[in-house]
Amino acid sequence: MTTVESAGGPTTGSDVDLGVTLAGVYLPTPVMTASGCAAAGRELSPFLDLSAIGAVVTKSVMLDARSGRPTPRMVETPSGMLNSIGLQGPGIDAFLARDLPWLVERGARAVVSIAGGSLGEYAELGRRLGASPGVAAVEVNISCPNVEDRGQVFACDPVQAARAVSAVRRGIPRDLPLLAKLSPDVTDIVTVAASVMEAGASGLTMINTTLGLAIDPDTLAPVLGGVTGGLSGPAIRPMAVRCVWQVHAAMPDVPVVGVGGVRTGRDALEFLLAGAHAVQIGTVLFNDPSAPHRVAEELRAELSQRGFRSPSEVVGLAHRPPAAAPS
Amino acid sequence: MNREPLQVRGRVLSVDRAGEYHHLTLVAPGVAERTRPGAFVALAVGGETSAMLLRRAFSIYRAKASGVYGDTVEVVFAVHGSGTAWLADRRAADEVDVVGPLGRPFTLPTEPVPCVLVGGGYGSAPLFALAERLRERGCPVHMVLGGATERRLFGVLEARRSAQTVAVTTEDGSAGTTGRVIDVLPEVLARTGAPVVYACGPMGMLRAVAGLAAEHGVWSQCAVEESMACGVGVCMTCVLPVRDDDGLVRMVRSCVEGPVFRGERVLWDAVGTVPAGTVGAPRVGPGR
Repeated sequence: MTTVESAGGPTTGSDVDLGVTLAGVYLPTPVMTASGCAAAGRELSPFLDLSAIGAVVTKSVMLDARSGRPTPRMVETPSGMLNSIGLQGPGIDAFLARDLPWLVERGARAVVSIAGGSLGEYAELGRRLGASPGVAAVEVNISCPNVEDRGQVFACDPVQAARAVSAVRRGIPRDLPLLAKLSPDVTDIVTVAASVMEAGASGLTMINTTLGLAIDPDTLAPVLGGVTGGLSGPAIRPMAVRCVWQVHAAMPDVPVVGVGGVRTGRDALEFLLAGAHAVQIGTVLFNDPSAPHRVAEELRAELSQRGFRSPSEVVGLAHRPPAAAPS
Repeated sequence: MNREPLQVRGRVLSVDRAGEYHHLTLVAPGVAERTRPGAFVALAVGGETSAMLLRRAFSIYRAKASGVYGDTVEVVFAVHGSGTAWLADRRAADEVDVVGPLGRPFTLPTEPVPCVLVGGGYGSAPLFALAERLRERGCPVHMVLGGATERRLFGVLEARRSAQTVAVTTEDGSAGTTGRVIDVLPEVLARTGAPVVYACGPMGMLRAVAGLAAEHGVWSQCAVEESMACGVGVCMTCVLPVRDDDGLVRMVRSCVEGPVFRGERVLWDAVGTVPAGTVGAPRVGPGR
């Protein structure tokens, strides 16, 4: 278990240092953007100082350019949304030539998310990324269908998930952190978590969207062009907190990034208490493009009010037996 | 001038009825001076704990920098669901989070040529600021406004003040010519000799206007209406197939590459699909 010093009295906000070290990477705050919700960062720069937030996690980039799926690609649902974008993107070469240098020049920590349709693609993406300067960490999106395994999603099979992670790991420098992004659409997330850690992941990002469907009662047909879509937003926060909790309970030393419906500093605190070392903001960015800054400041206030001086002091705190909780 | 969008806490000045539509005026510091005709704002709805997370995008009707009430932006909308119903229920001094101005505005002609401006329903809203800019450049302005009914027209009186000629159509004949804008547009183009037509309204209308403009050898500038989640270019939901300068078709974001497109560049018949040959069109099952 994470050792926790008992909290003293309330501190002032200025006493809280939001800096955290995640799998060896220093982040000035534990609040990052979530993949697929910030493009490659540029579009958010009018609203945010990208160098001051924890990190920019880029939209998953694939080997080749992708057009994505037909519209409609999204539908609003209660406290969330369904999306079926289909990983539209420029491909890794254009990303490395244009988007990554832009982020690095601005002093942002670039966590590059990659997605492949086969083990070969993951390996090739790892090699290209491993040879590129300026990458703070790699996040491997394994919620993709494997064309070599009847379209089964990598993340839903512990063996295939591990193979995808290990394919990337082989191509990147040993000291470059690799986060595996897990899907909640599995029977036992702890098994998948253990499998990808064994395969060389440095930490875990939990969770990706969960599969959903919306049907329009007026047209009598599915709303999305892609029929099913990924559900995200505060609607899935309890599911994400549960996943973080289960994995932290089983593997307390594994660095975890919590993602799923974080909207406020209080939500971020909830993830830290469950065992996350940092959080990502996804769908809420669509509502509030400056949310990563706002949530970090709200987290600072939440920590301060409870007498904590650092986010790391509360990681996994909710796992302590009730008797050990501060009175 | 800095044209980057701002995120500001707007304050409602007024919400008025305009036929079947609502006309919302917001005090939004700094937004007006950055606004050019055709730009839009993305408004958060339902307050800070709202279960409706996606912003609603609206063309800017008017933007006034340093007016009597400060910097104001105005939008016109129809109530389509609970988000727009919430906006329609706002009262003076209520807060609304505003992001804007967003998007690429209308391109103006370099010569003082006659221009035809076509608006469908409340799609006419951004055309009045455009008309003003065109007149400043010496361009004679002619407007065509259409709606299903008289109550679904927006800005007819204002059009009569700001344009040299105004043609009105309604599908039920309750005002002007019975029919659609596309029915009267050939006559307007012939009469004015305009080399450029600007259009804003439903996608079906834009497709028809762009097609007709192409037939007449006239440039068209169309402001599209695609559903958006963010309005700022990060969500990738508002895409449509557009032919680029290099001749290739790409799925482009209507929020940042649009909302104004050259009519002949949009593959109108393929909106809602990814046409074969589009850059990056799928060869394998896509992920999510």
